[in-house]
Amino acid sequence: MTWRERLRDPTTQRWLRIAVFVAMLGIALWAPFYFTPFRVFQFTRVLIFAIAVLGLGLLTGFNGQISLGHGAFFAIGAYTAAALMEKAGWPFLLVVPVALLITFALGYGVGIPALRLHGLYLALVTLALAVVTPPILKRFSGITGGAMGLNIDIPQAPAWTGLAEDQFLYLLALVAAIAAFALARNLVDSRTGRAMIAIREDELAAETMGVDLARVKTLAFAWSAMYAGLAGVLFTWTIGFVSPESFTITLSISILAALVVGGLGSIWGALLGAAFLVYLPSVADDLNQAAPGIAFGALLIIAMYVFPGGIAGLARRLWGRLLAPPRAPAPATAGASTEEGGEP
Amino acid sequence: MRRHPSKHTPLALALAVALVATACGGGRDDGEGATATTEPAPADTAADGGTEGTEQAASCPEPSTGITDDTIKLGGSYPLSGPASAYGAIPTGVDAYLTYANAELGGAPGVFEGRQFEYIFKDDGYSPPQAVELVRELVEQEQVFALMQTLGTPPTAATWDYTNQQEVPQVFVATGATMFGLDDENHPWTIGWQPNYVSEARIYAQYLLDNHPDATVAVLFQNDDYGMDYLEGFRTAIEGSDIEIVAEQSYETTDPTVESQMTNLAQSGADVFFNITTPSFAAQAMGFDAQSDWDPIHLLNSVSNSLTTVGAVGFEPLQGMVTALYLKDPQDPQWEGDEDMQTYLDNIGEYAPNADPNNGYVVYGWAVASAFYALLEQTECPTREALMEATMALQDVAFQLGLPGITMNTSEDDRFPLEAMQVATLQGETWQLEGEVIDTREVFGPVEDAVG
Amino acid sequence: MELFIQQVISGLATGSIYASLAVALVLIYRSTDIVNFAQGEMAMFSAYVAWALIGAGVPFWPALLITLVGSFIGGLLVERVVIRPVEGRPELTIVIVTIGLFIFFNALAGWLWTYQVRGFPSPFPQRTLELGPVRAGLPALGIVAVVGIVVGLLFLLFQRTKLGLTMRAAAENPESSRLVGIRVGWMLALGWGLAATVGAVSGVLVAPILFLSPNMMGAVLIFAFAAATLGGFDSPVGAVVGGLIVGVSENLAGTYVDVIGADLKIVIPMAIIVGVLLVKPAGLFGSPAVERV
Repeated sequence: MTWRERLRDPTTQRWLRIAVFVAMLGIALWAPFYFTPFRVFQFTRVLIFAIAVLGLGLLTGFNGQISLGHGAFFAIGAYTAAALMEKAGWPFLLVVPVALLITFALGYGVGIPALRLHGLYLALVTLALAVVTPPILKRFSGITGGAMGLNIDIPQAPAWTGLAEDQFLYLLALVAAIAAFALARNLVDSRTGRAMIAIREDELAAETMGVDLARVKTLAFAWSAMYAGLAGVLFTWTIGFVSPESFTITLSISILAALVVGGLGSIWGALLGAAFLVYLPSVADDLNQAAPGIAFGALLIIAMYVFPGGIAGLARRLWGRLLAPPRAPAPATAGASTEEGGEP
Repeated sequence: MRRHPSKHTPLALALAVALVATACGGGRDDGEGATATTEPAPADTAADGGTEGTEQAASCPEPSTGITDDTIKLGGSYPLSGPASAYGAIPTGVDAYLTYANAELGGAPGVFEGRQFEYIFKDDGYSPPQAVELVRELVEQEQVFALMQTLGTPPTAATWDYTNQQEVPQVFVATGATMFGLDDENHPWTIGWQPNYVSEARIYAQYLLDNHPDATVAVLFQNDDYGMDYLEGFRTAIEGSDIEIVAEQSYETTDPTVESQMTNLAQSGADVFFNITTPSFAAQAMGFDAQSDWDPIHLLNSVSNSLTTVGAVGFEPLQGMVTALYLKDPQDPQWEGDEDMQTYLDNIGEYAPNADPNNGYVVYGWAVASAFYALLEQTECPTREALMEATMALQDVAFQLGLPGITMNTSEDDRFPLEAMQVATLQGETWQLEGEVIDTREVFGPVEDAVG
Repeated sequence: MELFIQQVISGLATGSIYASLAVALVLIYRSTDIVNFAQGEMAMFSAYVAWALIGAGVPFWPALLITLVGSFIGGLLVERVVIRPVEGRPELTIVIVTIGLFIFFNALAGWLWTYQVRGFPSPFPQRTLELGPVRAGLPALGIVAVVGIVVGLLFLLFQRTKLGLTMRAAAENPESSRLVGIRVGWMLALGWGLAATVGAVSGVLVAPILFLSPNMMGAVLIFAFAAATLGGFDSPVGAVVGGLIVGVSENLAGTYVDVIGADLKIVIPMAIIVGVLLVKPAGLFGSPAVERV
């Protein structure tokens, strides 16, 4: 047995997968105690962003519905946390279920009209949602602090843990991210998940096979919105400040860009894409300070050239090539493009 | 984590020291402004390699983080990209002045003994969370001595909890929101610089009280803290007079035009139009005024009074428009041969070759950096605490490109360095100064009274 | 009543600004089947080119002509150089590329010409037309007229010429078109070139009213999307009607509905769009997408 054949063996692959997961978890748990607080804070931002991207991935990557408005759910999650903590004095953990419930319900509500809209039209209607959210939040200044926004006390670790603020927040975000990823994994593998993918591939066919289109699609929207809401809550905890300027259309577009850069239809892609978008601005700033936007725009375009199926797609392709017998054409697993059928 | 030495100093102690310092230093003869300090001339200090300063530093604690033997590191956060990137010209001006100071004034003045300025500014895109990240990077990774400006109310509000917790000076923040000067209890490490929006609104109120005591006013304002501060400041200032606001319209920065709002305001037929808008919207509103047959007295807020902006609309139909100034405009012929202006024009090309010297934001950057330089001259020890003490004890300190008679003044209960401005009207292609410099604190009392 | 008419007219003027950009969006969607997020920034960039030419002493009309030709070539080049490598990829990939272009053009304009607000000469006299108590600015009326002419020309191109027919075929069915010998790649590039030219017209018309700055088109783009969505994304006429409806409805809502007010007037056009799409998912004038089974 050559090493390639051994690697292709399903049992080996399963063990490999477990080993990789354990190793990554180990690194993730070790990181906050090794890196400087600032780096830990940056990792936290990546994790938070990844949760939102993952949520959009469920909707767009696995269900084929495009949303340019996930920044709105993110904002509502963030504001719910901020208002409850700052105005009502709630303990920080208690706001989580409330924010999740609200964003789930809103997602469900938006999912219903979305049933009648497809591709581009859905994308633009959700864009409208992202556009109107900040001025509406501003209007209810009694709760939201209006244009001034709200400053929130950042949650502190209980004394017995001995954790610094950034370590604590990082670990909270890590727990949330692991839960979110595990849930997404299970959802995708479940009956509903298969129905979601079937709808993405061919709505008509899925319906003929007995998939309840309306139920699955609205549920996908609701779950997806809830992920964005969770990310919003974590955002409030970490940044300690919400204002309309924090949730402009740029946020919605960044979430979408991260999803595409990371790789549609890939759960790990969300994390990679989020990391890319969090670090891109500082890279652009270093490259061309006179006009960082020039570098930012160019890098975003180049990323699309370099990672045709997203970063995850590239990784998958490299892995496929590694496993392939030398000189033989790459196996079909390389066809990342079939995986990202986000048919708009 | 590396703790900053200052972390262990209780703030109360710092404030107590400050109080004593002001009490003792009250009689010091430095009333003539920035140049009148008793410290040795900066150039000399630099030539002597800084040995002279050691005896003086003996009474000072160790220099704070960000100050090495020969550098003083400063950080800034600005929108260099995105919708607010017009402000990105400010750090160019700041950087130009500090590089000029390094090359021609022998580096940092006073107790800083000729240390070379190192200025790191980054792009936050006007996004509050991005600003938090950058400010943390500047403080923790770059280990700056102080933040010389964060720009805009939301990014500054998002970061000030952090800077005050870390006890890092966040000085001369580029926003006129009054909140940054009113919370010395919880946020003593943050201070603004430019005339706050309430002060400026009072200037216009004063102008109307003097010239049109029974005017009706129509207001266009940006629907955020900036617009509200102006509007409320104006409202309080005209309280009890015969001046009346008869129409007000707001706009969002995401609106493409203010045409509809202007149509509504014109309908009111008010005597006065108060234009509280940023440059693009200001130009549109001025364009509307120029074309319509509504012919109000036009009050233009200083945010948009750059002659480039006014010139974009055309000077001729806007003659007589009123604004308030505190800086000199390079396009204004009356400053030809003016010493400050000459220094600026002689050096801006060399130290910021790509900048447009006529850009009001570059001018502002240069002015605020020279004000920071003057602040360092007043600082008594190379520490963060001493720098903040100095910000609260400025007496008649001049800076470059300020209008004649406009100087920085602060005290324990006045944390607004600039509160005076002068009314000017558009005559030909320039702003013609009118009357005297108005010190709004003297005339209307502290800002606290207006914002409650 | 006078205010009402005045607000309607002002709404029509603003709406025509949205419409002018929406037509360019629709054009690219029709000929290449994608939505170009960079359309507004490309239009802004064209306007700057014209401004720079005029500043360099070129008279207005020649400067405009050079700008239009230059924009056509520029649009063509953008398609060949930037979009080509991702052609045939999932549409979302192309959308992200156009977002990258958006950021790129915005920053490039700021870098070349700074972010200061500039005046831009209007091709129409800076006067207002008075009809009784009602007044309308000539530059705004001019936009309505020019946009009408552009839409008419596009109609002729697509319905009456062979080239137009070929372009439509290439967009609708690239595979079959290739089989009958149509150079599909060039047809797509031509679509971009045309859209960039229409965008340049929009930029030059809008600049005198909104004043030239790199961020001039950012807000307009959102409203142009709204206009095109409302009208139906494949109909130029729909884009114009959609733009006018959006412009008028936001003005009236902002003026007369107190709960809405100026700060929330954006909500009304958005609500109208959602409402219309729920009844007619392809927009007012759009043709419903046919699903191939």
